[in-house]
Amino acid sequence: MADPHNASNEIDHVTGTATTGHEWDGIRELNTPLPRWWLNIFYVTIIWSIGYWIAYPAWPLISSTTRGVLGYATRLAVEDDLAIQKAGRAVQSAELAGATLDQIKADQALLRIALAQGKSAFGDNCVGCHGIGGAGSKGFPNLNDDDWLWGGTLAAIQTTLQHGVRATTDNETRTSLMPAFGRDGILKRNEINAVANHVRILAGQPAEPKADLATGSRIFEQNCAVCHGPQGKGNQELGAPNLTDAITLYGNDLASLTETITNSRNGVMPAWGERLDATTIKALTVYVHSLGGGQ
Amino acid sequence: MSNVDIPATPRRSLWSKHKFLETNSIILVIGVLLVISIGGLVEIAPLFYLQNTIEKVEGMRPYTPLELAGRAIYVREGCYLCHSQMIRPLRDEVERYGHYSLAAESMYDKPFQWGSKRTGPDLARVGGKYSDDWQARHLADPRSLVPQSIMPGYPFLAKTELSYDDIATELKANRNGGVPYSDEMIARAMDDLRAQATPDHPGQSAFEKRYPKAQARDFDGNPNRISEADALIAYLQMLGSLVDFKLYDDKANIR
Repeated sequence: MADPHNASNEIDHVTGTATTGHEWDGIRELNTPLPRWWLNIFYVTIIWSIGYWIAYPAWPLISSTTRGVLGYATRLAVEDDLAIQKAGRAVQSAELAGATLDQIKADQALLRIALAQGKSAFGDNCVGCHGIGGAGSKGFPNLNDDDWLWGGTLAAIQTTLQHGVRATTDNETRTSLMPAFGRDGILKRNEINAVANHVRILAGQPAEPKADLATGSRIFEQNCAVCHGPQGKGNQELGAPNLTDAITLYGNDLASLTETITNSRNGVMPAWGERLDATTIKALTVYVHSLGGGQ
Repeated sequence: MSNVDIPATPRRSLWSKHKFLETNSIILVIGVLLVISIGGLVEIAPLFYLQNTIEKVEGMRPYTPLELAGRAIYVREGCYLCHSQMIRPLRDEVERYGHYSLAAESMYDKPFQWGSKRTGPDLARVGGKYSDDWQARHLADPRSLVPQSIMPGYPFLAKTELSYDDIATELKANRNGGVPYSDEMIARAMDDLRAQATPDHPGQSAFEKRYPKAQARDFDGNPNRISEADALIAYLQMLGSLVDFKLYDDKANIR
């Protein structure tokens, strides 16, 4: 075969290979041909690409693109994948969807399905705030104990999950707003200190020795008892925490209490009904209920 | 392999002319540019004229001034280096993050924040997934909420006053890039930014008229001032929440 590169037909004496005939300052380049097998594969890939253009979406046209004879589209493919996944879960989902929460709780087989699904949904959506084991942290409730802000029955947990707490995007969300007693000028600094000490007493903690407990008790009655109850036992209708137990969301040392009363907290939980389907919410309800504190 | 038996007169085809290109570097550069621009034109240019590139959706609006300022902080801090904003049309991603991202959802992004690496999770639909309080604490100290997190803390954001004197020019620059900000939006940019970040601000109803469904409140837990955290959290809480998927037609946008 004629080699267009080797215009001068020069042969390198050391290797016996033809040179390209180019010369740079007396240095010549060997004209080692590409291996045949490599070249053949290269030609095959070119032919393959033509087949690919025909089979798959490829070329832009005036107002759209070529669709390809196979009719493939990533957005169709993911719909198919999701449909297959849905079908795979259909039997179990239908069982969960058809059962009430109490029925799920009573039926061992259903309970197992709900707990498994609930656990994985919890991992995807809830651990960010409530922690991997649901132990929570400051400002994010522990789900393992039996101290509930908005109720620990199956129905109450489901409502909380569905509509969230103070969620701005849900009209039926659970809501209540503790006033910022200090920031909004309702109570003076010494009054806040007095009522904070009163709350310490309610929770069985020692108050400061010089605390004005009489004032604290009076202010509690006037400002706090309407939601937290005269004895500070709380009210789950309003999400008002029980102040008499040792479990607190933001801490019950004097500094935390002062901060809470001064600026208020009013934590927010998103409304999961917008993101998760009803069956997943059910499974999550049962899962959270099973963590230790379900009522 | 030696080619000793080569005929004395080689073929004079076009293939034998490449010495000309190889020995004239300027011509070679021009040739390379020509070949690359053909590839670029075929791949990129159609996206500008094809009608079906950007889906028809309900709910997309330009970013509010506060969100735009937050987006600038997102870019400044390099969030895109670890977080993508692109849910691919793959089963596992749709399962975890929600509906796959649409081109329409980043049509007002100059430039887009799709990212290319997920050291942290995708953020395309993080809006509303966590509370403001969570976002504020997580930005300041990620491990206080997610013990296994390797994200750096950004505690200075909440302590740094947001600088927004030039927010109107930012809007204008975006308009030059094709974002449909109205003259009114640009003129009221400063007020709108304050209205979104301040509880009970008198300008809030006018603001919400200009930016439908925008969320106005104190984002960083300190209502007395507008911090960089306010802006960034406002941006994060909006992400992925604009398009109304109840009205979106998946079937009409298969391609």
